Amino acid sequence: MTSDPTQFDFEIPARPEYLSLVRSLVVEAAEMDASLSRERIEDFKVAVSEATTNAIEAHARACRDDSIRIRCTLFDDRLEFHITDRGYGFYPDQIQVLPEPDDPSRLNFERGLGIYLMRVLSDKVEIQSGSDGTEVSLAIDLPANNSNS
Amino acid sequence: MEFGVTVASHKGWEVLTVTGEIDMATAPRFRQRLLALISGGAQNVVIDLSGVDYIDSTGLGVLMGGAKRVRSTGGDIRLVTTGSRLADLIELTRLDRVLDVFDSVSAATESSDS
Repeated sequence: MTSDPTQFDFEIPARPEYLSLVRSLVVEAAEMDASLSRERIEDFKVAVSEATTNAIEAHARACRDDSIRIRCTLFDDRLEFHITDRGYGFYPDQIQVLPEPDDPSRLNFERGLGIYLMRVLSDKVEIQSGSDGTEVSLAIDLPANNSNS
Repeated sequence: MEFGVTVASHKGWEVLTVTGEIDMATAPRFRQRLLALISGGAQNVVIDLSGVDYIDSTGLGVLMGGAKRVRSTGGDIRLVTTGSRLADLIELTRLDRVLDVFDSVSAATESSDS
């Protein structure tokens, strides 16, 4: 038996000083379900913050000063965050591949870790990007309910 | 903890101590202090992150950029972390493969062979 998901919508100014607030929202939302460990919450906090950072950068590149949209949905079996910007978009498949960590040239890549972190710290990542913006969907599974699925 | 950056000398090393959260909002100040230190001639730099509550890809990028610049002049850069969370993130991104990580400033400076 499933219950209706709990959903919240936020809009934040596309400015870096609001990232800390977004991270607080992730923690608050995640703590609504007692089954998530502190470590998983911290993982997801990083992932959502990285997606929001990319959204803020996308608005800066597009010289847009409107808000970033964030939707948080708590399902029976997972917590989802959707971060939507109205930047120029990008092609996720064309993201530069980072050199292997042991490669000294790795230090030449000061950027590019954000999407990597989203992928390794979330259970699901979906990126839909077009010329009118990007939506990043991130989810983590809620362990207490996984056994029932 | 509020973001802050301080610099001090310790046994021939310049120790840059960062506190608070390093993200897109604060990383520019971190980068500015680190690059100023390097452009001022610092060859051996320790970055003490033991007071950092959170670091994101922007902050990790600053570490990589700093390491690249210091090493291009023949210098060395070392990290200090005490929190398991930060250490986990550095390990996850495998930065520990390209940067030496220690659990105290003393350990970072005393293991110097320079």
